[in-house]
Amino acid sequence: MTVTLFLEQTLNGIQFGLMLFLLAAGLTLVFGIMDMINLAHGSLYMIGAYLMASIAQATGSFWAALPLALLATALVGAALEIAVLRRLYERDHMTQVLATFSIILIANEVVRMIWGSQPIMLNGPAGLAGPVELPGGIQYASYRLVIIVIGAAVALMLYLLVTKTRIGMLVRAGASNREMAVAMGVDIRRLFTIVFAMGAALCGLAGAMLGPILAVQVGMGENILILAFVVIVIGGIGSIRGAFIGALLVGLVDTMGRALLPIVFYGLFPPMVASNLAPAVSSIMIYVLMAGVLFFRPQGLFPARG
Amino acid sequence: MVKTIIGALAAGALVTSAQAANELKIGFLSTLSGPGGGIGIEVRDGFNLAMKLAGGKLGGLPTEVVFADDQLNPEVGKQLAERLLKRDRVNLMTGVIFSNVMLAVWPAIEQSKIFYVAPNSTPTRISGEGCSPYFFSASWPNEGHHEAAGHFATSKGYKNAYLIAPNYPAGKDALTGFKRGYKGKIVNEVYTKVNQLDYSAELAQIRAAKPDTLYAFLPGGMGINFLKQFGASGLSKEIQLVVPGFVSDQDIIPAVGEPMLGLFDTSHWAYDLDNDANRRFVAEFEKEYKRLPSLFAEQGYTTALIIDAAVKGAKGKVEDEKAFRTALMRAPTQVKTPRGDWKAAPNGTPIQDYYVRQIVKDDKGRIVNKRVGTVLNGHVDFWAKDCKMK
Repeated sequence: MTVTLFLEQTLNGIQFGLMLFLLAAGLTLVFGIMDMINLAHGSLYMIGAYLMASIAQATGSFWAALPLALLATALVGAALEIAVLRRLYERDHMTQVLATFSIILIANEVVRMIWGSQPIMLNGPAGLAGPVELPGGIQYASYRLVIIVIGAAVALMLYLLVTKTRIGMLVRAGASNREMAVAMGVDIRRLFTIVFAMGAALCGLAGAMLGPILAVQVGMGENILILAFVVIVIGGIGSIRGAFIGALLVGLVDTMGRALLPIVFYGLFPPMVASNLAPAVSSIMIYVLMAGVLFFRPQGLFPARG
Repeated sequence: MVKTIIGALAAGALVTSAQAANELKIGFLSTLSGPGGGIGIEVRDGFNLAMKLAGGKLGGLPTEVVFADDQLNPEVGKQLAERLLKRDRVNLMTGVIFSNVMLAVWPAIEQSKIFYVAPNSTPTRISGEGCSPYFFSASWPNEGHHEAAGHFATSKGYKNAYLIAPNYPAGKDALTGFKRGYKGKIVNEVYTKVNQLDYSAELAQIRAAKPDTLYAFLPGGMGINFLKQFGASGLSKEIQLVVPGFVSDQDIIPAVGEPMLGLFDTSHWAYDLDNDANRRFVAEFEKEYKRLPSLFAEQGYTTALIIDAAVKGAKGKVEDEKAFRTALMRAPTQVKTPRGDWKAAPNGTPIQDYYVRQIVKDDKGRIVNKRVGTVLNGHVDFWAKDCKMK
């Protein structure tokens, strides 16, 4: 493997990590602050992508559609919180899992009723359709560079929001000790609705940004949700910083596993064994990483709760 | 009690004397929801269209279709198959999309001595050594499209090929089929995670390997992810992408669009095949569902036509195993199907032509899957040679 290819794969890893971060950030906020296991997070991601596809179709502009899709998904999220999820906070995690799982099924069928069963189109802006040449002669998809920029910008904005603003202070208070926050007079009900809507907006952003390179179809959220859970478990539930580092770790380990393991295995074993072993092992790398992190740091890398 | 016994005796008498059934009850076990549901719905819509055009009667018998959704879960499929066979007492089965479900439900169907007409998955395990008189395929043998793609790549003079497929049995079968038809050099053979989202690592390696052609069998959502990312990477200018028709047909084009332009795929059918049966099928399908049909819809449609012809051929005696088997084997020659002329091999799989198509813009600016040639004429399933019919 040449140095250029190695660098390109590293960039790919970071890019995949930031893709996951967009989804994991919202999940960790909701899970950490509201102590609520929301399996329907993937459904909001799906709804975000579908809304983006429809609005982009209607307006004819990707960038004009983006804020509208975000806002619409946030509204769907807020409505969901007020109508259903609010009733689940006091219940145990099992009930939450059951209830939000049923939301997944309902959301899938509602999306099917509105948009049909076949996958729909969501393409990126025309100017970003092809690759650009990076220093070192790497041909890199320009749209993926945009994902990197947006992922990093979201990380920075969330960081500032959580550490430097009043609402961020309330969020942190809610995450580290909910009872104390309530006792200090924080309006938890309203805070939760805001947090949940923010999480949904992040879902919308993830759906809108990933739609152009991933399938926009019924059930698209379930697949990526598992990875998002791995990310926040590694990073420490409730921590934005944890989600960021966790996402980069998962992205890099997964990508580098796929890129490097075959080379290593073909060097060590006969081709027959290597060709079976390499895909099998590379597909479990991130779970090995998760098990490793949990073994040494059961709370994840950056636990939000002290 | 006495009534039940008399009833049972009467039922037994009915079966043994093999009188013409006065109605047809078809169990349609398919994947109709979830991420794999799109394919099942295509097949179902094609099947329903043929039913509708036949006035709701297949083979002249009033026909009831019992739909069941396996959710792409072999265990669920097994339970539903039992229910259709035992409780609903269907006298014909069809509908299964995925090979893992097919292999799970097949023993129950075969043991019940109920005929099964495949509108999609036709695993080599059922078409080869494990062949059965109760199995008939109205689609294609599992490796057909891939083998055709291999022949096509050879005929184009591509000297080296890079192969990619998901790491599961159908993925391995696909690449085995391709390699049987391909005479050039295989640069690399990569198996990726099932339901993988990001293919940037693989695309970077493909770019570095500089093959003449890339053969990708990534069905459903995986294929959409891959096609979009392949387009974004700009690799289509350097490497010719070839895929089997399942990856790139009319169910996928509306979801991906421009990035697919220029790729070649192989299929047993094309929307622009020049025959009356096909023109009618495409026009009626568009009228009914307001979209162009995919090859999956053609398979569902053809399955219904085959059942129709077979039931007619057996004069309604679906229970008379010999007569129905004979009628089923003759059915493809008794009816005009959209894919053109074909006949059944002794293992019950189609002997048919395979075409090569290319994704292009037509003169109205629509993105379509245009037929550009024929790769294989009267291709017989490679595994038919292993079938020693009982």
